Amino acid sequence: MSRLTITLTINGREKTFRIDPGEKLLGVLRREGYMGVKKGCGSGDCGACAILFNGRAVNSCLVFAAKADGGTLITIEGLARGEILHPVQIAFLEEGAIQCGYCTPGMVIATVDLLTKNPDPTEGEIREALAGNLCRCTGYVKQVRAVQRAAELMKGGETHV
Amino acid sequence: MSDRAKNFATVGKSLRKVDGVALVTGKPEFVADLQLPDTLIVKVLGSPFAHARIVSIDVSAAEAMPGVACVLTHKNTPTTRHTTAGQGFPEPSPYDTRMFENKVRFVGDRVAAVAADSEEIAEAALKAIRVEYEELPAVLSIDEARRDGAPVIHDEPDSTGIYDVVRNIVADVDIDVGDVVQGFDESDEIVEVTCETQYAQHTPIETHVVLSYLDSANRLVLRTSTQVPFHVRRIVAQTLGIPMQQIRVIKPRIGGGFGTKQEILLEDVAGLISMRTGRPALLSLTRKEEFASSRTRHPMRVRVKLGAMKDGRLHAIEMEATSNTGAYGSHGLTVLANTGSKTLPLYNKAPNAHFYGQAVYTNLPVGGAYRGYGATQGYFPLETAMDEMADRLGMDPIELRRINHIQLGETSPIFEKLGEGREGVSQTVKSCELPRCIEIGSERIGWSKKRGKRLTIGPWVHGIGMSIMMQGSGIPEIDMAAATIKMNEDGSFNLLIGATDLGTGSDTILAQIAAEVLGVPLDKMLVVSSDTDLTPFDVGAYASSTTYVSGMAVQRAAEKVRDQIVRVAAPLLDASADELTLRDNAVFAPAGTSVSLARVCQRAMYETDQFQIGATASCVPHESPAPFLANFAEVAVNRETGKVKVVHYVAAVDCGVAINPQLAEGQMEGAIVNGIGYALTEEMILSSKGRVRNPSLFDYKIPGMLDVPPMDIILVESYEPTGPMGAKSVGEIGINGPIPTIANAIYDAVGIRLTETPFTPERVLQAMKEASS
Repeated sequence: MSRLTITLTINGREKTFRIDPGEKLLGVLRREGYMGVKKGCGSGDCGACAILFNGRAVNSCLVFAAKADGGTLITIEGLARGEILHPVQIAFLEEGAIQCGYCTPGMVIATVDLLTKNPDPTEGEIREALAGNLCRCTGYVKQVRAVQRAAELMKGGETHV
Repeated sequence: MSDRAKNFATVGKSLRKVDGVALVTGKPEFVADLQLPDTLIVKVLGSPFAHARIVSIDVSAAEAMPGVACVLTHKNTPTTRHTTAGQGFPEPSPYDTRMFENKVRFVGDRVAAVAADSEEIAEAALKAIRVEYEELPAVLSIDEARRDGAPVIHDEPDSTGIYDVVRNIVADVDIDVGDVVQGFDESDEIVEVTCETQYAQHTPIETHVVLSYLDSANRLVLRTSTQVPFHVRRIVAQTLGIPMQQIRVIKPRIGGGFGTKQEILLEDVAGLISMRTGRPALLSLTRKEEFASSRTRHPMRVRVKLGAMKDGRLHAIEMEATSNTGAYGSHGLTVLANTGSKTLPLYNKAPNAHFYGQAVYTNLPVGGAYRGYGATQGYFPLETAMDEMADRLGMDPIELRRINHIQLGETSPIFEKLGEGREGVSQTVKSCELPRCIEIGSERIGWSKKRGKRLTIGPWVHGIGMSIMMQGSGIPEIDMAAATIKMNEDGSFNLLIGATDLGTGSDTILAQIAAEVLGVPLDKMLVVSSDTDLTPFDVGAYASSTTYVSGMAVQRAAEKVRDQIVRVAAPLLDASADELTLRDNAVFAPAGTSVSLARVCQRAMYETDQFQIGATASCVPHESPAPFLANFAEVAVNRETGKVKVVHYVAAVDCGVAINPQLAEGQMEGAIVNGIGYALTEEMILSSKGRVRNPSLFDYKIPGMLDVPPMDIILVESYEPTGPMGAKSVGEIGINGPIPTIANAIYDAVGIRLTETPFTPERVLQAMKEASS
């Protein structure tokens, strides 16, 4: 199979990769060292591999890497500025929303996506937006609170991305 | 908060997890996040048949493919019988498993493994393996297993520890207290309930995964997603026939376990490939493989018979359990025993009790450890029968439980009669706030206002139900945990623990315990868990043992270190060691003078009578104090569709002192939601040939954010005098609640007793139809 060359802007840096035509973004990102992007199912059911693709949360296991050519990606690694965490990350820590942490990157990315579009979501809107992110540890109580807390923090001016 | 818990500085606080920042920033902390050059990708060929003999296997084409480094089959691998159950030695599970064998016993059973330069090559090589099978008649239900003339699943001569090979019986348990036959004769009212539970899976979001490689001394390193690193080391050494000292097991961050990673499933294969090829090997199950070939909760049929006097006092209890262990007997005996041992002591007033059970082989997916560990299956019929008994006696279900449940200062003969697949250990209850749990929970749900009212809104009928339960904290006289603490000259400490944080937060709570004793903030404790080369022995994360058993080891190690610190500090403060106290990173004399911990360690390291301040301590628990839980649920049942919605769930739990309340709540919330999934939607559907038909997270429905009800988790604190800082466990108990609680609420709503899980709309409609005809 002939290899393709694609260019992606990942977390603000432009990079060029050689890929196979059938490869999904998840595999390419992990191979290139973005290990915060997790694989939980490979079929779009769990949300652990979520990234922001052109500003929208997507399951990277479902996106052909070739189709992402020229796109702008933000992974969990791209949210913090050095030691300064993104407010969504702070909120997840404060509210105890992390247990094993395997679903956390996808959950945080989905939250960033939600709060970018809807800075003041209701609980129902939060649950709707994060319904595709499965977590087996937490029962979601503290994650919903973390999203609410993140919304407060971001309204208070703590924004970036 | 108990008076004794009030004075804690670090314990009892919801401090941030010590690994939280790494996890929330996506640091490469998990097994598969470590990339090593030249890593082989391993794929496993699973059996397409439930029961078959491998007549021939030809791997020559696979081996000849460019990029294939190694192919393993039964022809070129060790033949030692072992168990995959990661239990203490000697394991109470039968030695009925080989790495590979010329017989397969369930769909997905290992046939061969291929290691190649890429996943694509490995998959292509799997397809190139030619296997000729002789299909054998299969046992596809617990009823078929014990039938005369049934196919014998483990007919091999070298398996050991099987109770009755010919009848496919893995284990048999039978214990008596008093005389139940006479007890039932003397009872005024008898209730009998038989319940069946389904195949269900843990589904951690990270599947089983191991990365193996050889270190500079040619030792085998297994970086693996496990709850039991020390058992992995021992069982892989046994399976591969190599000295244990040749193996190092590293447990990095783990993406959830819930029992399925108390199993040695992949490490032997990856390890042997690294030994044969000298290259790193990554073996990671796909979600489909996880469903087909990892572990499940043992499906059970459990019958409970209760005899009670007119005033509600229970007079006789009988429980009979039949457990399906699937093709291998992993945890077969102990899960079965726990079905009785973790449930029957709750109703200790009954003078007559009988527990009888068998675990049987089938050619179906393999059972294993799963949060709740048999108690989940036992509480369903027990608490259903209690609800029915209350109905028959015309009593409030709460009142019936109040007069029968075990209380502070009491014991149960079951503790001594039935333990971890053998005799148990007698104990009395030294902490129990179950009465307050019931009281607080019933108020929160609105029991007296809502019970029996059948609020109806359109097709939806509301009802409320309750259940109570207990679990344990570790396995008494069997579990062992150790901890090492060493001090650094800046006043920080390394806490080295074999205890296995698989997402529970145990690194954090164990550090809180040590920090409490040593008078330092949490960030002065530098935690390493777990690495069999660096950390002391711990049986691992199972049986609700970590807080209680490992926590006590940590407390003891910290106390030894504190004793060393005050001895060094005494001359600096011109005081005697026994009057010194530790707080705020310093040692204080009664007069108020102080010296920093950093200064103390500098003295010990560089100045006078030099030595390393540090200690190792161990804990073997002599009892297993139970956490207690009162569950309440309000449900709405749709009379037209049969759908059941949980409207509100209340869980009031006594776990002793919660070392970190936020993490304790998290354990409860996660366990209850897992239990709600088990009650309503989760079921592995098997074909008539024994194949899992819904091996994906799309078709096997675990709860998502839209599927969970509003929940109130209430920590009702007690102080367990035998526990570290007054703590008991909380990891498992929550999962036992939803099934009986929801079942009893459905009865309150529409008057049907559901005895088969999950409570799907079809089953609810069917039961309503039967009840009305």
